[in-house]
Amino acid sequence: MYVAVKGGARAIENAHAWLAEERRGDPGVAELSVAQIRGQLTLAVDRVMAEGSLYDPDLAALAIKQARGDLIEAIFLIRAYRTTLPRFGAAYPVDTGAMACDRRISATFKDLPGGQVLGPTFDYTHRLLDFKLAAEGETPPAARAEPDPAAMPRVTEFLNQEGLIQGEAHIDTSPPDLTREPLEFPACRALRQQALTRGDEGFVLGMAYSTQRGYGRNHPFVGELRVGTCSVEMEIPELGFAIEIGEVELTECETVNQFAGSKTEAAQFTRGYGLVFGHGERKAISMALVDRALRWRELGEDDSGAPAQDEEFVLQHADNIQATGFLEHIKLPHYVDFQSEVELVRKLRAAVREAPDD
Amino acid sequence: MTDDLREYNFAYLDEETKRMIRRALLKALAIPGYQVPFASREMPMPYGWGTGGVQVTAACLVPEDRLKVIDQGADDTTNAVSIRSFFARTAGVATTERAAEATLIQTRHRIPETPLREGQILVYQVPIPEPLRFLEPRETETRRMHALEDYGLMHVKLYEDIARHGAISTAYAYPVKVAGRYVMDPSPIPKFDNPKLESAAIQLFGAGREQRIYAVPPYTQVVSLDFEDHPFEASKPDHPCALCGATDSYLDEVITDDAGARMFVCSDTDYCATRQAGGAA
Repeated sequence: MYVAVKGGARAIENAHAWLAEERRGDPGVAELSVAQIRGQLTLAVDRVMAEGSLYDPDLAALAIKQARGDLIEAIFLIRAYRTTLPRFGAAYPVDTGAMACDRRISATFKDLPGGQVLGPTFDYTHRLLDFKLAAEGETPPAARAEPDPAAMPRVTEFLNQEGLIQGEAHIDTSPPDLTREPLEFPACRALRQQALTRGDEGFVLGMAYSTQRGYGRNHPFVGELRVGTCSVEMEIPELGFAIEIGEVELTECETVNQFAGSKTEAAQFTRGYGLVFGHGERKAISMALVDRALRWRELGEDDSGAPAQDEEFVLQHADNIQATGFLEHIKLPHYVDFQSEVELVRKLRAAVREAPDD
Repeated sequence: MTDDLREYNFAYLDEETKRMIRRALLKALAIPGYQVPFASREMPMPYGWGTGGVQVTAACLVPEDRLKVIDQGADDTTNAVSIRSFFARTAGVATTERAAEATLIQTRHRIPETPLREGQILVYQVPIPEPLRFLEPRETETRRMHALEDYGLMHVKLYEDIARHGAISTAYAYPVKVAGRYVMDPSPIPKFDNPKLESAAIQLFGAGREQRIYAVPPYTQVVSLDFEDHPFEASKPDHPCALCGATDSYLDEVITDDAGARMFVCSDTDYCATRQAGGAA
């Protein structure tokens, strides 16, 4: 006699217990602390903060630990937590021009006020496995210098003074909040940038790369890439004035792109913009390229039909939490749907068999 | 996790969010079959696991409710177990496996066999709310088509099915027209369930990832799309249930040995168990 499968609740409980054991790993090896993850896997922490849309390195490190190092799972944990937090208000826009930079480079000018600052970068390392790290030796301290008090003006501002680059319209209205209103199309640039900055790094990278290979080509130069900390200010209604409530590390990329112009308008360079939480150069540059590709309409360019120019395509598929959820849900039972298809296929096959030959 | 969840509001969502969802639900009930955009929240279960249905349920639940959760018609499938225990913990509401006793039923892929009555709410989990999506991928375009009641593309698709296969080759998520106006995706229920969409209960559809809510109010006309010479047929496997003998219920095909022997049993576990116990189903 057939008995239907039972015991789902106990199976789930046992699976959770096994998962916890797997996360801990060999109990003979010291447990990883949240402080170690926060302090030593900083780029993973930064990615989780950027795509989780929540600036909290401790929570991001905890999420990475809980997710066994699966960053998309960690981002999901942060998102699910973030959505329950009350909104106290909105900060003033951060002034990235006043950023305390750890790194600041320009690919368009050899030298410039504030200088080229290489900072902690992988760029010129040789990718050779460093077996000394396996021996867990101490790292000698790096050379130090006094911070340069001189301002670091934005590279695009030099071009702007000459009118060589298209100016950005100043918009006073509050940008829409992607996490509090449904995404609707067409989306304004602020909304597109929100979606891109929390979008999956791999997806945004792939989209940006496709523009470089000719699908919506916009010929970018990295006008400037800067990484550092910015203070966040917020007006407190009880005080009636703004105070600094903390600081965040940001990566900002401004690209200078191929010029546009016509018989009536003089040629000008155009811009793409990327900004992400933490140290995330790949993501910031990718975002700038995709941002620029999505501006084709506003800049009077042709729609070449490239995926990176298609805002519905880019914005609907950039979110890795949505994507992974829908992708992985096909693991859930679908036997009712499948049964209905099996019946249909049997019926269609029977109809073909019964049909007279002609 | 048990202790953590006590920190959250009744039925997990905060009251502001519930209000936003209830407004969308009221609009959806006022315009049957129309997809209302809503600011879907990230839930503590993944998109694709029923986040839309869970948010709608959370916005509808009151402490006096008695909740039933089914997946594929069954109360004991893992995700049904998980969602039921989520609300048992966060809302503390009573739960049941009996469709007749539930005040709110959340479902994935089935409509219970037991006819629903007035006062009951059926909440569907919806993966892709747009019935025109696989004919036209662009949201801006499909919204325009709905606005203009431009459903020619759908009829051409159904016609092409008949031309190619001799029958409409949609077995689940079979499109319907609601109250003579909007073409609606009934969620991936087998087309066997389509006639039950005309119901005394309130039917609410939640698509979390796609940020859409829609509804069918009680006693609303719901017509499965067809042609005069190819009328809609609510088909099911041509067997009785091997456990309860029902001939009027949707059946799962279960493979019972490695020689390919199989049997057919009710997908609605409550319906089947009630009949086996000799109760009036």
